[in-house]
Amino acid sequence: MPLLQAKQVTHYFGGLCAVSDFNLDLAAGELIGIIGPNGAGKTTIFNLITGVYRATRGSISMNGVELVGKTPNQITQLGIARTFQNIRLFKELSVLDNVRIANYSRLNYTPLEAMLHVGRYRSEEKRVAEKALDLLSVFRLDGWAEERAANLPYGSQRRLEIVRALATGPQLLLLDEPAAGMNPNEIMQLMDFIHWIRDQFKLTIILIEHQMRLVMGICERIKVLDFGATIAEGLPEEIRNNPKVLEAYLGEGGEE
Amino acid sequence: MPTQKPPQSNAQTPRQEGKWERWRQRWDRIASNRRILPVLLAAGFVLSILIPRFNLVNPYIQLILMYVGINIILCTSLNLINGYMGEFSVGHAGFMAVGAYVSAVLTTMFIPTALNPWLFPLIVVVAGLATGLVGLVVAIPSFKTRGAYLAIVTLAFNMIVKSVIENIEAIGGPRGIPGIEKLTTLPWTFFWTVLAIWVIRNFVYSNFGRGVLSIREDEIASDLMSVNTRQAKLLAFTISSFFAGIAGALFAHLLQFISPRVFDIIKSTDVLIMVYLGGIGSITGSILGATIFTVLLEVLRPLGVWRMVLMPLVLVLLMLFRPRGIMGLREFRWLIPHYQLLAAHLWRKKKEATDAPAAS
Repeated sequence: MPLLQAKQVTHYFGGLCAVSDFNLDLAAGELIGIIGPNGAGKTTIFNLITGVYRATRGSISMNGVELVGKTPNQITQLGIARTFQNIRLFKELSVLDNVRIANYSRLNYTPLEAMLHVGRYRSEEKRVAEKALDLLSVFRLDGWAEERAANLPYGSQRRLEIVRALATGPQLLLLDEPAAGMNPNEIMQLMDFIHWIRDQFKLTIILIEHQMRLVMGICERIKVLDFGATIAEGLPEEIRNNPKVLEAYLGEGGEE
Repeated sequence: MPTQKPPQSNAQTPRQEGKWERWRQRWDRIASNRRILPVLLAAGFVLSILIPRFNLVNPYIQLILMYVGINIILCTSLNLINGYMGEFSVGHAGFMAVGAYVSAVLTTMFIPTALNPWLFPLIVVVAGLATGLVGLVVAIPSFKTRGAYLAIVTLAFNMIVKSVIENIEAIGGPRGIPGIEKLTTLPWTFFWTVLAIWVIRNFVYSNFGRGVLSIREDEIASDLMSVNTRQAKLLAFTISSFFAGIAGALFAHLLQFISPRVFDIIKSTDVLIMVYLGGIGSITGSILGATIFTVLLEVLRPLGVWRMVLMPLVLVLLMLFRPRGIMGLREFRWLIPHYQLLAAHLWRKKKEATDAPAAS
């Protein structure tokens, strides 16, 4: 059974068709890329999978559980986590709190226990603080634990966003343009980094990206979107030489 | 346990004139010393018993002290919605009215006068619970909207409460309920104020409180990070209205006369001013805001009508120079619960452990 399955997912914004008949069969452990020009509907697909938008038509299922109609937090609890194109950390909160919030659904105490500081409150808070600190130290962010997230340098904020996503305990990680604003050198590091987290946390990853270098370098399979429709799908080599893709995505006589 | 600021924050502030800097450090030490808290609480409680018994200060000041306490409860509970959750609720007086009327009806109509002083704590709790329930009922449809729309919904709620009370003859209609027994005493006000602060603080520094904070920062991201935003919002709103109800009950039994007019939009606005004066997202700020507002209004009383010019002016200046209020998003260290500091403690211990072998 595929980990994630999308069948004929279609989404309209008013009269505009943002995604049409999107199909996807994703096996556990895969790393695939979705590329396409601006406005091709890439981020919309992430929003449909994570429940931010509700698909107009079609079905998306994770491990056989239907996702369409569920709220984002329910979907996250089923094991899908994501990052954002423009960083969306909880800026005024500490780095540690950012990670602890991702454990929201896994803390076992009632509001009453929290308000009166009785029962499981102490042990659960301790458990989650330790867990969050451990995760932060894996990514060498623990030195910043008490710092406001907004005060972190750009690269660390991107890293923290991934840490926060991992803290929800996902099986499937959706990365939305992780290389935005990075130079070629940093992109090389990012490639290693993505491979590393996939092996370390046993993840399946879907990547949206503009940087062809990154996508071609690490993705095992690539889907190309244009105006919401899938125009090509296959191995990086096939995509690179596909005339349709070259025309739609890279422009006529496109380099890269 | 000596709680020191991390060294980096000291390095950030450049050395200023020696005297000023020394005062600042002294202040930092006071504000971060956790041992002060139990001393303050004990002293406060003892004082709250001694003051009315031996008339240490005149009754007028005693009255103001009780109003300060009630306003702190109101301000802290509204701050939970407007400051911590980042929504804009403007109908707090509506909830206060529910608490005030529930308790006043109980003490004047149902419970024999002889039993009133004994049952008063219970009555306050009942008033709080009833208001909490009303809050929950209001919150369910309200939180389908956000921002300005939520403001309008809560505003409408305030008006509905007022009109409904005006039209029920059994509870006095527009004339209100006169002759309520004066049951609110200084020790009780102190007790409820401390309890409200404690419970709301505990909530804010819990898993649910962090959920509420993340809604303020970015609601969609919060939902995507597995926070059940709907649950967190309903919870915060219910707790907020619970304490508004308690404040209402105390208020009714202090003023001894309530009418629908007391709980109009102006009252809600007062609470809003306290919240934004003290600082959003801060319990210290709520305490300061409520105290300063209440005391300042009394101090400026000789100015007559002009104080209503001066107060807004203070607000305008505050918004210009400190848009987040006096203590916006900051907190005295002794108001942060021990278990919140624990995380920092764990972190520091770990860091020491990793630094030590590296050095040797």
